[in-house]
Amino acid sequence: MPGRTSDQAPAAPAAGAALAAVTAGLTAVLGGDRVVTDHARRRTYECDGLAAYRVVPGVVVLARDAADVAATVRACAAHGVPFVARGSGTGLSGGALPHSEGVLVVMSQMRDIREIDADAQRAVVDPGVINLQLTAATSPDGHYFAPDPSSQSVCSIGGNVAENSGGAHCLKYGFTTNHVTGLDLVTPAGEQVEIGGKAPDPPGYDLLGALVGSEGTLGVVTSATVRLTRLPQEVRTLLAAFRTIDDAGAATSAIIAAGVIPAAIEMMDALSIEAAEEAVHCGYPDGAGAVLVVELDGHSADVAGEFDDVVRLCEASGAFEVRVAADDAERALIWKGRKSAFAAVGRISPDYIVQDGVIPRTALPQVLRRITELGDAAGVRVANVFHAGDGNLHPLVLFDGSQDGAVERAEGVAGGILDLCLEHGGSITGEHGVGADKAKHMPRMFTADDLAVMQAVRCAFDPETLANPGKIFPTPRLCGERPGRRQGEHPLSEAGVAEVF
Amino acid sequence: MRDGSADGGRAGDAPAGKATVDLDRLASALTGQDPAGELTRPGPGDAVDGVPALAVARPASVAGVSAVLAEATSQGLATVARGAGTALDWAAPPERADLILDVTGLGRLVEHGAGDLVAVAEAGLPVVELLETVGRVGQELVADLPPRRLGGGATVGGALATGVSGPRRLQRGALRDLVLGATVVLADGTVASSGGKVVKNVAGYDLAKLMTGSYGTLGVIVRAAFRLHPVRPARRWVVATGPLPDVAGRAREVVASQLAPAAVEIDRPAWSREAGVAVLLEGQEAAVVPRAREAAALTGGEIRTVPPAWWGVLPDDDGAGAVPSAGADRTVLAKATATLTGVGGLLAAARAAEDTRGAGVAVRGSAAGVLYVAIGGRDPAAVAGVVRELRAVAPSPRDGTVTVLRAPRDVREAVDAWGPVGGLDLMRAVKRRLDPGRNLAPGRFVGGI
Repeated sequence: MPGRTSDQAPAAPAAGAALAAVTAGLTAVLGGDRVVTDHARRRTYECDGLAAYRVVPGVVVLARDAADVAATVRACAAHGVPFVARGSGTGLSGGALPHSEGVLVVMSQMRDIREIDADAQRAVVDPGVINLQLTAATSPDGHYFAPDPSSQSVCSIGGNVAENSGGAHCLKYGFTTNHVTGLDLVTPAGEQVEIGGKAPDPPGYDLLGALVGSEGTLGVVTSATVRLTRLPQEVRTLLAAFRTIDDAGAATSAIIAAGVIPAAIEMMDALSIEAAEEAVHCGYPDGAGAVLVVELDGHSADVAGEFDDVVRLCEASGAFEVRVAADDAERALIWKGRKSAFAAVGRISPDYIVQDGVIPRTALPQVLRRITELGDAAGVRVANVFHAGDGNLHPLVLFDGSQDGAVERAEGVAGGILDLCLEHGGSITGEHGVGADKAKHMPRMFTADDLAVMQAVRCAFDPETLANPGKIFPTPRLCGERPGRRQGEHPLSEAGVAEVF
Repeated sequence: MRDGSADGGRAGDAPAGKATVDLDRLASALTGQDPAGELTRPGPGDAVDGVPALAVARPASVAGVSAVLAEATSQGLATVARGAGTALDWAAPPERADLILDVTGLGRLVEHGAGDLVAVAEAGLPVVELLETVGRVGQELVADLPPRRLGGGATVGGALATGVSGPRRLQRGALRDLVLGATVVLADGTVASSGGKVVKNVAGYDLAKLMTGSYGTLGVIVRAAFRLHPVRPARRWVVATGPLPDVAGRAREVVASQLAPAAVEIDRPAWSREAGVAVLLEGQEAAVVPRAREAAALTGGEIRTVPPAWWGVLPDDDGAGAVPSAGADRTVLAKATATLTGVGGLLAAARAAEDTRGAGVAVRGSAAGVLYVAIGGRDPAAVAGVVRELRAVAPSPRDGTVTVLRAPRDVREAVDAWGPVGGLDLMRAVKRRLDPGRNLAPGRFVGGI
């Protein structure tokens, strides 16, 4: 996709001076090797996984520990300089997009698993720890870290916390927010605060609930205490092939209605199957208009009984072929097709947009038909790969950026899909976050009052709005305002006196 | 309500002096937006943990809640929201409760998306009614309210405001993990929603979690969406008793096993050197039976098709789940959290505290580390001592906390009800932003919020 440049206004000279002061101060405290000012090196961080937005950070700090983070944020607070925290940079919504006149705090060097307390089923980790590394480290004790975004082999747990990441298995096991029991936070004022720990239910407001998924706008997490989940006794995976998406959707509904909560139910349509076949030769059944990947896990006795039900329900809904993975190798092959689908569409289309929207599961057939119609009307192909169990769609809108107007048509379809999600009572993002990319869509999902109250919470943590500004909120206001009914534009903005991040 | 300012009849000990209320304006604000809404003078039962009210508003719509709150706040009144009142004496008593906002007029089940396993309910809907409706199609809200609260008509809003959790939180989480979205009305009347009605959603802040367990100090919850679960077809309980360390160890073994128990509950009656453990297994009949056998082998327990009498019952209850025990008003109820490995220490400390403080200490709750403690005895100093000794079990608040939920006034004065609270300054800042005039349940929450 062609790059877009920052729409941030050119910095006022005062902003440049403030950043220079922060840079000088931090260089003195942290040392020159931790404070990156070289333009070429700063450019390394100009975008996260959503390369459509690029901003070269004003300065980059490579944090080693919480003290480094606190020193950095304190310096920013003292000079009114914005800061953005970044983990592995795998986010897909521009949530870690840097600020041109701000500090990018890179957390990827804070990557120690500080403690694995298997008996208490907890781990204490640095924010830069890679998701899958934690699972690898806890598996010998019979545990794993349940939230498993598709990027789990590279994404950081700090990023998972910021984005409240999910994954294929969160239908049964929940999202990051259900697996965090404690966080160490550096507040936007630069104070270090400990919230919760290994024990559940810390007293007071559920700050953990507010922080997880707040996309770095409430502070920087420097340590996370997370729940470890017992490895299931048995895992069984099947691939069911259907002639149509409607049949596969009916099977999904039938499985849920039967009282079975699979560990995962994933769906792919014909176009994404075609792409996956071309890329990884996963050998999915010929002639399938849709496939379901269903995984059950748990105690062997449960899995056996539920598995029979799932097979029967798939067949009753029109599955013409059901394949059961006999071993780990076959299971891996079934998942390979699913997990490679995003990358695979690159083989059948020069460019694509990955959309992320949610609908109530029962609306799946209807919404998928409308997506096809939207694509047809715009002359754009859409491949669908998604978490069917919880209605989280990932339409891949395919286009060729070298053709005139193709980008606009594709973006139109991608935006239209979000409108469809909202029409059906869904959400504009199920797991990628709002970030910089979807801030403009927030007013379609929330009223001005809804957003004002969220903003009031943000201001409680960050009265100067220095933490990851420009994300989530479409038109954030100064924190001096009272929450409540919004009456016109903020007087300072209106008078042209102040620009709000 | 027609005329005049009510005299309320309570001592004018509010910090800003005795509140006066313009009932006419309150009434017209309410009924102007909500013709079915009612404003009445308080009756004998209209008090919040001993703090009497000057008026009771019972709106029948969200617009009514918004209008009456905006007016009450503009008059400088302190408002306390009330559902069925089954936990109105939990958390600290408010400094003032000029207006009780009774939400039972908002009692509709707004939506039940059976195919999506989602229910949207107004705050005043009794949880038991929600359970009945969704139960007709084999679904449930796995919130496991204590039977006395459920039977007392505990509402959806009250369950959220008090942050309910029960036995099955082990596998399905607490209510905060099941709430998908909420609509709240702030003190100034602003109506705001967050979240939504789909299971997967990361758009904006999760304010529903922030409101859950906030005892009405940030806003009045008027509506919420919940994730439901299918009712599992078969259940078995495996029940064992034994010496305290033994029971804690066995409970932890079951949690650590691959049996995927729905709940592992512990019960230690006051003054007892023994405790009980009960494991709940849910699933298909053919699977539950062998799993129950394994759990019985692991715990040395026996398999039952019904729960023990104490299942899910708070320890300050008499066990029957319907009527509070005699003298219950003198019983202190606390919530104690621990790590999985810390639960045994908590049981031992409860036993030890009985000897040193001379007060019975009953402990009951989830082996996941969320337990409820009933402390008997009439001596505030003894109760405070018990609380201190229970707190001392955890090396730090990260490893466990003890908060007093319910206590007579003299005990509250003798004890630090909340204990250390991490992030208290941030909590105060959130309160200042959402309720700058402290008009909602002032003083009820941590740090005097």
